[in-house]
Amino acid sequence: MNLEDARRILKPKAEKALAKPAPHGLDLALSGFKLETGFGTSVEGSEKTLESVGIDLRERNRSGSYYQVDNRAVYSSARQGGLTVKPLNEALRNPENLDYYWKAVPVDTDKYTAAAFLGEKEGYFIRVDDGVDVATPVQACLLLKTPGLIQAPHNIVVVGENAGVHVITGCAAMREEAGLHIGVSEFYVKKGGTLTFTMIHSWSKAVHVRPRTVVRVEEGGVFISHYINTSPVSSLQTYPVAHLDGRGSRAHLSSIIMGRGASQIDVGGALELNSPGCSGEIMSRTIGLDSSVTVARARVVGGAPSVKGHVECRGLLLSNESRIDAIPELEARVQDVQLTHEAAIGRIAEEELLYLVARGFTGEEAKSIIVRGFLQVELSGLPENLVKYLEGILDSLAASL
Amino acid sequence: MLYLKGLVVELGGRTIIKGVDLSLGDGELALLLGPNGSGKSTLLHAIVGDPRYRVASGSIVFEGKELTGLKMEERVRLGLGLSFQFPPRLKGIRLRHLMLRILEKRGLRGTEAEDALEEYSRLLRMESLLDKDFNVGFSGGEAKRAELMLTLAQKPRLLLLDEPDSGVDVENLGVIGPAILHYVSSNGGAAILITHTGYIARHVKASGAYVLLDGRIVCSGNPEEIVSNIMQHGFEACEECRRARR
Repeated sequence: MNLEDARRILKPKAEKALAKPAPHGLDLALSGFKLETGFGTSVEGSEKTLESVGIDLRERNRSGSYYQVDNRAVYSSARQGGLTVKPLNEALRNPENLDYYWKAVPVDTDKYTAAAFLGEKEGYFIRVDDGVDVATPVQACLLLKTPGLIQAPHNIVVVGENAGVHVITGCAAMREEAGLHIGVSEFYVKKGGTLTFTMIHSWSKAVHVRPRTVVRVEEGGVFISHYINTSPVSSLQTYPVAHLDGRGSRAHLSSIIMGRGASQIDVGGALELNSPGCSGEIMSRTIGLDSSVTVARARVVGGAPSVKGHVECRGLLLSNESRIDAIPELEARVQDVQLTHEAAIGRIAEEELLYLVARGFTGEEAKSIIVRGFLQVELSGLPENLVKYLEGILDSLAASL
Repeated sequence: MLYLKGLVVELGGRTIIKGVDLSLGDGELALLLGPNGSGKSTLLHAIVGDPRYRVASGSIVFEGKELTGLKMEERVRLGLGLSFQFPPRLKGIRLRHLMLRILEKRGLRGTEAEDALEEYSRLLRMESLLDKDFNVGFSGGEAKRAELMLTLAQKPRLLLLDEPDSGVDVENLGVIGPAILHYVSSNGGAAILITHTGYIARHVKASGAYVLLDGRIVCSGNPEEIVSNIMQHGFEACEECRRARR
């Protein structure tokens, strides 16, 4: 089978799904956007923006890179043996890699995946061979430049047996004009492998964002994901699903959502604990500013004995016009599962503010200290300099309010 | 350093402090004693300007300056430091971070701040708790030591200590008491220390003591005498003493 054969088989399914809305989030008319290559040809001039989403164009402390502007791959590199970082189309010339092509994310998930498939242009392919531990992160940057465009990268990450890699994805829009980003991501973590995935978004207030991510984790594998959304969007809806298929596999999903401006945000995540001894947690921190509306979803399904799952959704309202809905869900399909959740939404406690003022801080400083504390999530499993970088981002987010 | 004159304080519409006069000089440490609900905490919160407490009448003069019209922020800047009886738990905020931010407010940065942090944490034996969230999961003694450390790090001229010894075992008392004594004697400030038990009195070398009953100071004088009387006869003896003097 080659790529053409694979696409021929999938095409009718995708075509049928072109009008299928997503179960959550604002329903968009795709006719308002065009899926073309776009005029962007380089990341030059975007250094500052990219730095703010974790991308270092000098590639210091990076094992590999992939840069995509609009729907064109403009650069890729891999600096370690056993690591492949390539534009998807190039990678798919190897028929072996078709095993991962639209296998985790069904093309007919909704109209966004269908449109992404039918107009498919590019994306990144990252593979780590069995037993290879990639020491420093691989970075992927997805930059949206052309107005009115659908940017639809299709990304595949394959982590081999007992292999490990950190992937940082930074996504940003260079203009204030309308656009739609549909990122389809399929992640495969093999036996004993570890994938940490850090994604930082800095879109603009006219951009709609629809990432579609599904992860499959084999026995003893670990998937850790940290997502930070820092800036306003027109609308954002995502619901990554991690299937823990192998015994004793683990997942940790955390997201930090700043609801700014008039953003309409619906961010969730699901863990399917499909095998005995699996465990995982979903953590979210949502801040409601301006007139933003955010729905924070989290779902853990216990489908095998001796699994453990936890959900923690916290929301902090900093504006009377903003709204936060937290929807934690637990589903047990067998006995002997341990599923728990906690959810809390509130304002800054007056008592804490007064306490910090008594400690010598101004009211503004006290507020930013409390917000920073609220944003503190466990950044587990990441290399030290990445943790420092992310903590720096959280510091400046808290200080910017 | 501090003069209170005819101070009346309300909390939630109720009058708690019903006319208090008090004066405290440089280098002095006064014990403030009294049963539960007598208004001790209210008095300290009112001095520091906690907006939940309303000064209905009277004056608070600190180093020649009238404080009653000033916000808490300004009073703290002038050198008042209140150590809370029940500080809140601050999830996600590490003790180390809070200390460094406080030291930064004092103009200490980089290695200077690190050195000061080390010194304070050694003084109050907080080294192993610096990377914990403030007050989250702290024992009674740890919470008191942490609160005192933050207050001392502000380097206030006037220390207002709300029960630094309550719920604290002998060992912790042996850390907290000397730290307060060392601070007051080496910085030339002054302190008002609320205590229920008087045990801490042995450690801090108080220069005076006041007994507060139902919002009024009913007795003041030699701290050793007052503490030992209360230890022997309880606050009922103060009540009787007040009646006898009328």
